[in-house]
Amino acid sequence: MKLAIASGKGGTGKSMVAANLAFTLSRTEQVTLVDCDVEEPNLHLFFPAPATTTEVTVPVPVVDENTCQHCGLCGEFCQYGAITVLSDRVLFFPELCHSCGGCTLVCPNDAIHEEPKRIGTTTISTPLPNLKLISGRLDTGNPHAVPIIRAAKNLASEDPVVIHDTAPGTSCPVVETLDGCDACILVTESTPFGLHDLRLAVDVAGRLGIPAGIVINRSDGNDKATLEFCTDHDLEVMMTIPFEREIAAIQCRGDLLCRVRPEWQNAFIALYVKCSTLAGG
Amino acid sequence: MKICFTSKGTTLDSLTEERFGRAPYFIIIESDKGSFEAIQNPYADSAGGVGPKAAQLLIAKEVKALISGQVGGNAREVLAAAGITMYTVHAGGSVKDAFDQFTKNTLEQSL
Repeated sequence: MKLAIASGKGGTGKSMVAANLAFTLSRTEQVTLVDCDVEEPNLHLFFPAPATTTEVTVPVPVVDENTCQHCGLCGEFCQYGAITVLSDRVLFFPELCHSCGGCTLVCPNDAIHEEPKRIGTTTISTPLPNLKLISGRLDTGNPHAVPIIRAAKNLASEDPVVIHDTAPGTSCPVVETLDGCDACILVTESTPFGLHDLRLAVDVAGRLGIPAGIVINRSDGNDKATLEFCTDHDLEVMMTIPFEREIAAIQCRGDLLCRVRPEWQNAFIALYVKCSTLAGG
Repeated sequence: MKICFTSKGTTLDSLTEERFGRAPYFIIIESDKGSFEAIQNPYADSAGGVGPKAAQLLIAKEVKALISGQVGGNAREVLAAAGITMYTVHAGGSVKDAFDQFTKNTLEQSL
């Protein structure tokens, strides 16, 4: 079972749901939690533990100026503007490069080879006996989150139960995380922003063909617009978490709702069962 | 000498455009001949890397000076390496006005 927790809007409680779900399941089975919000990973804050770190690199072109004839084919081929060929030299902008390798293929003089460039890290830890935590972390100033997410997901590819915490939004990092998942939980809040971005997230999950269910977080009991949207789009509200000061305080301490108030564990087990039904249908 | 102006339109009366890589048009004036051509910027709506791509276009056209508003870091690096001098023109005037300022040498060179 590969599950993703997404939201559209940031700050709705993705990490809160992911952390509590993983914590609860790990009491009875082996769980892998993957932090795919690689620009701002935070799940390690709930699960401090010694971690093993591995560098993530991407291939980038290096031009041999002695062999290069400055024909300009590589610059014409590059759709990202990463290579500019002048009459006497080649300028390369690594932050624009998508590591497609096309420049090395089109060079008629074999003047371009690729070298690895570090863009971030993955870390693995075992904070609880049945819980493996994998976190991707993009180096500051680097624009390409997707290769880090791919590397983090690969580390969990053989694991039986994997929960992916996505970045907010609906762009490439979210699509990369959702890709290949059996189901996704969309966490929302009953605000106009929450609903607006939920629509976008539902659209993305639909286009990727991934069954989605909804968790309403910080509910003040007035969820009419969100509930109507869910009814209209045949989406199940799998769980509602109330707007409570104590829940916020637990979260802000870096603690877990299901650890401090174990009565919540049943609700998260029920959430997982509903996700399994979603994935199976 | 070829001088390029970033422009909102295709004539000398068109307003200058402040952006470089996403300018709708490049107007290239051949100052020795007194002729000009307008080129639609093929990268105006591209996703990314438009600065270096547009700079490469000017290099291919053998432009020697660029008059624009804001030129980004990557484009600036390419243009400087190619020996293209950059000048800043303030928004609101026509390409013709900017050309007059250029010939009177009253434009500020942007380094």
